[in-house]
Amino acid sequence: MMLKRYLPHPLLSVALIVIWVMLANEISVGTVVFAVILAVIIPLISQSFWPGRPKVGNIWAICEYGLIVLWDILVANVVVAGLVLFRKADSLEPASVTVPLDLTSPEAITALAGTITMTPGTVTVDLSRDARSLLVHCLHAPDPQGVIDDIKSRYERRLKEIFE
Amino acid sequence: MEFFAELVISVLIVIGGLFTLIGSFGLVKLPHLLMRLHAPTKATTVGVGSILIASMLFFWIEQGTFTIHELLITIFLFLTAPITANLIGKAYLLRHVDPHEELPHTGEKEGWATFDPRHPEEYPKDPGKLPQEEARKTD
Repeated sequence: MMLKRYLPHPLLSVALIVIWVMLANEISVGTVVFAVILAVIIPLISQSFWPGRPKVGNIWAICEYGLIVLWDILVANVVVAGLVLFRKADSLEPASVTVPLDLTSPEAITALAGTITMTPGTVTVDLSRDARSLLVHCLHAPDPQGVIDDIKSRYERRLKEIFE
Repeated sequence: MEFFAELVISVLIVIGGLFTLIGSFGLVKLPHLLMRLHAPTKATTVGVGSILIASMLFFWIEQGTFTIHELLITIFLFLTAPITANLIGKAYLLRHVDPHEELPHTGEKEGWATFDPRHPEEYPKDPGKLPQEEARKTD
């Protein structure tokens, strides 16, 4: 199909236009035309690095996910700040846990790994070779199974709805 | 109104500064590299986030110009910070951690990617698919 050939990633193109206009900080004919040129050229030269075309679910699910992640980041920030300030370093119980994955698409796993890192208190360190589990390091986890359940029920379930 | 706006902006800047300070303090205080990795995630989320919101509010209310660059900075930070943390973590695992003694098992037949990298010939023919998808097809 012609459209698929010249616009391999329509969503990436839209995102590039929006970001370029935001960078220019004004909406004029010049910026929009240049944004469209970039939005055609960049996906074309980068498509061999990203051959898959991820389906993206409905926009409300994405907004809901974003808000939940923002809220969790706020809460976790305060919790981790408390840990850093008021606990002795050797009374913390760091733990490495294995989070088994139900997600299969590479984009969804990347989003999950990024979310885990951005919420303070947990950092994604590694992926298993067959991409079926993530290695997550927790700053203070007296109950490692609780962390796994949290990640799976709060983030992974929603990402599965968005990407699969 | 003017006073109220200034109050909100100052509070946001103080919160941002406070969380950045706690993040840096965490870097000094925590004993191991993997634990120290948790501190900067705080500085880049709430710390930078509230300073950027304060900057947006300041230019919008005090100067009357609406800038959107702060939102972009947030997006770029959220995209790049996890990758940096992941690479630092992987480098640390590779150099200082014994995968059999100190890491939990993957729960699958195969090990962690850092210690058990895939031979180039084993990569799936279609790079858009993960090995597990190919494996499921052949199951």
